[in-house]
Amino acid sequence: MTTAVLSSLVALDAPNPPVSERIRLGVMDTLTLTRRDLLIWLRNPAFIFFTFIQPVMFVLLFRYVFGGAIPVHVPGGYVNFLMPGIIAQSAAFASFGTAIALARQLQKGVIDRFRAMPMARSAVLLGRLVSDTVRLVLTVLIILAVGYAVGFRFHNGVVPAVLMVILGVVFGVVICTVSAFVGLAIKDEESVGSFGLVWLFPLTFVSAAFVPVHSMPGWLQAFAKNQPVTIVIDEMRSLALGGPLTMHAWQSAVWLAGIVAVFVPLAVRSYRKA
Amino acid sequence: MTRANRVRDWDGPSIFVEDVHKSFGDVQALGGIDFVVERGKVLGLLGPNGAGKTTAVKILTTLLTPDRGRALVEGRDVVRAPSAVRELIGLAGQSTAIQEELTGRENLEIMGRLYHLAPDVRQRRATELLERFDLVDAADRPTRGYSGGMQRRLDLALSLVALPSVLFLDEPTTGLDPRSRLGMWDVIRELVSAGTTLLLTTQYLDEADALADEIVVIDHGKVIAAGTTSELKNRIGGDVVEFVVVERERVGEAVEAVQHLSEGEANVDLETARVSLRVGERGSQALVDSVRRLDALGVNTEGLGLRRPSLDDVFLALTGHGAEDEVPPQSPAGRRAGGRRH
Repeated sequence: MTTAVLSSLVALDAPNPPVSERIRLGVMDTLTLTRRDLLIWLRNPAFIFFTFIQPVMFVLLFRYVFGGAIPVHVPGGYVNFLMPGIIAQSAAFASFGTAIALARQLQKGVIDRFRAMPMARSAVLLGRLVSDTVRLVLTVLIILAVGYAVGFRFHNGVVPAVLMVILGVVFGVVICTVSAFVGLAIKDEESVGSFGLVWLFPLTFVSAAFVPVHSMPGWLQAFAKNQPVTIVIDEMRSLALGGPLTMHAWQSAVWLAGIVAVFVPLAVRSYRKA
Repeated sequence: MTRANRVRDWDGPSIFVEDVHKSFGDVQALGGIDFVVERGKVLGLLGPNGAGKTTAVKILTTLLTPDRGRALVEGRDVVRAPSAVRELIGLAGQSTAIQEELTGRENLEIMGRLYHLAPDVRQRRATELLERFDLVDAADRPTRGYSGGMQRRLDLALSLVALPSVLFLDEPTTGLDPRSRLGMWDVIRELVSAGTTLLLTTQYLDEADALADEIVVIDHGKVIAAGTTSELKNRIGGDVVEFVVVERERVGEAVEAVQHLSEGEANVDLETARVSLRVGERGSQALVDSVRRLDALGVNTEGLGLRRPSLDDVFLALTGHGAEDEVPPQSPAGRRAGGRRH
């Protein structure tokens, strides 16, 4: 071959585009992928089920089947106790879609194809995050509507109510960063589907989501009281129904910031390495 | 912007690979490979599973960085100017990048957006590609319902949205049925006639034979041969006597009887009881001798004949093992071999 002759080939200079242009294209790419993710989600019956039907079933199940047997002391009774919990739990489980979608795209080679294109590499994860946020807002609003239909009422005014919805969505987005890491690290759709979200069950059920923590045995209370899902739900409950705000507010903020600080770098690292 | 003026600043080869090494932990995937592809030519990168073909493609498409060595695509260094390389290449592979919930047109549209094409350009391009790849009727249906061949065609179309100067096809027909495979070949030939430089990896010798101008054979991460198809065939020279032993248990006897006619070891496929001998320039004489020997032994054969060497023979001569040894049984090549059984 002619390699020996060609070793003197000098590569062309290829300067990178200016930062402003790269940011503009990065935003465009992120929006393109957000649109793509939402289109895929809208056409996938399984995703629709997880986002809408399952949370509604949970609301009805706990409101009418279990609710009567769970004594709580909040204004308006169990349905008011339940709704903040259900919102947080559903938001956490909605991150299932994040893990599955990322694992599937890695497995099928879609992400490799994107990476061989002149688009912003971060757009795959950012687009995912934006579409997840849209999805979560819809989920939370639908659960609230169903909650209203079965007797839930805010007791603490409009601004705290809006803040509760925002906290629920932010909590969901934070859990999505964990799920993104899980999906990118496991890289296999089927495995993600069967055990990628096992960790969510103890976190959401061994919490204040459905029952008062003091009804649990002492050793379990220690975990249930201090884990982030309970802390976020307590804050949401205070926002919805009135109660002490500040203590849980800063605890929630610290927990959520901590989770983001740990899992975003992990997810980005898995994405780079994958 | 046309393909030609995007690379007007470079008159060297489209692909230039020099002493490229890549290891994953202790496993060496590439142990120093070199090759060059001139503009508008088709290079077939040939080798068994695990030979390093996909690693080479991943390095050239900026998905992996080499541990050592240099790789240029249209003069752009894949390590130092990856964005510039990505502007010029297209990649289609064995795993399809199409999104099954979206229609064919939507898949193409989104690719166009990600390549930052203007709205009218990307719509026009999508329509053109759907027509060219015979997908117009299915254009607005979700691709979940497409056949395997249609999915591969759409996948290839996706890689062409931005009119790449260099196209990489990583095993474009693996897993396709024979008919769809021939369909893909036609599509690829048409592409090449339009002047795209193509690097094609394949484990099918007939595919490289049918499509490539030049072939680089790699095995265990090293280039073991390079040249045009006919150069490679000439290298092993002469003809091949081939036959299938009807009573499979007598293959050993039969080989023993004719071994002396062969230059080098006889190639025996135990599964199909097919024996081939490289007989050099003594073609007809060797054929007659084989018939006599086998007849004297009372071994029944089928399809006894003389043929020109195939790339299979070349591969065997070069590596000491067949090119398709590691091909999974559902592949077209495997099925074809199986069809010879009785």
